[in-house]
Amino acid sequence: MMKAKIKVTLKRGVLDPQGKAIEHALSTLGFGGVDEVRQGKYIEVELEETDEARARAEVEAMCETLLANTVIENYEIELAR
Amino acid sequence: MKSAVIVFPGSNRERDMVTALHSVFGSAPELVWHGDSTLPDVDLVVLPGGFSYGDYLRCGAIAARSPVIADVVRKAKAGTRVLGVCNGFQILTEIGLLPGALMRNASLRFVCQLVNLRIDNNESAFTRGYRLHDVVRCPVAHGDGNYFADEATLDRLEGEGRVALRYCDERGELTADANPNGSQRNIAGILNENGNVLGLMPHPENFIEPLHGGTDCRRFFEGMAETLEAV
Repeated sequence: MMKAKIKVTLKRGVLDPQGKAIEHALSTLGFGGVDEVRQGKYIEVELEETDEARARAEVEAMCETLLANTVIENYEIELAR
Repeated sequence: MKSAVIVFPGSNRERDMVTALHSVFGSAPELVWHGDSTLPDVDLVVLPGGFSYGDYLRCGAIAARSPVIADVVRKAKAGTRVLGVCNGFQILTEIGLLPGALMRNASLRFVCQLVNLRIDNNESAFTRGYRLHDVVRCPVAHGDGNYFADEATLDRLEGEGRVALRYCDERGELTADANPNGSQRNIAGILNENGNVLGLMPHPENFIEPLHGGTDCRRFFEGMAETLEAV
């Protein structure tokens, strides 16, 4: 078994209103020096595949097909046994 | 004059759409379940509003991978008219039949109100019931209607006359105040390259009877009926 940890984030230049709201809340709470807060998604997928290269290719296909909207989002994949 | 409305788990405006189409077209559309593999032979396919799959992952993302979608794409490419309203618009961008994406409203608030729309293309099957730059009142109800596309795509959409509808004030001016969700260039609805696919965030099906408070949007459906009957 392998576990894929997938991070989906908005591309640079795409307005992130949720990130902005968090940024505002942090400054309201007195946390100074906070800038450019971005909110993303974290997805975990357990895989039966044990070959790392094949697992990565499969998770990339999942990201391209469904997990990320590549018009507005980037994704990063981390594989762990 | 045959039409079909696709129903996804979480669609909640399909009955309003059925009522509107029935009222103007004189025949009831067929309701098609998302798990079906083929659509009936129709002149118009509608993806209605709602919250397909609870908007999990992204609005419209899971619905866009439903079994019936392959046939929607096939029919759209063959020239069948496809209309996506609200969640239906989100699904059309997720399918890739329309460019760009619908993001969380810039205000972060769910908006449920009447807006003014300016008709910026009245040559499509969907908008030919209006004159160019008519201002039409129409309800919106969404949390993720903030239209985004890169600058090159926006320029191309405008250059090709594919921005069908924009949020405007009562005089037809494209102001920031009149934009309920922060959409780029006040875009409320866009067409595909061939003009046979329209996606829009507002709900024209909810403003066609006097009981709705106005009938401004009835012309959308009347225009469609005229076009499709002429086919």
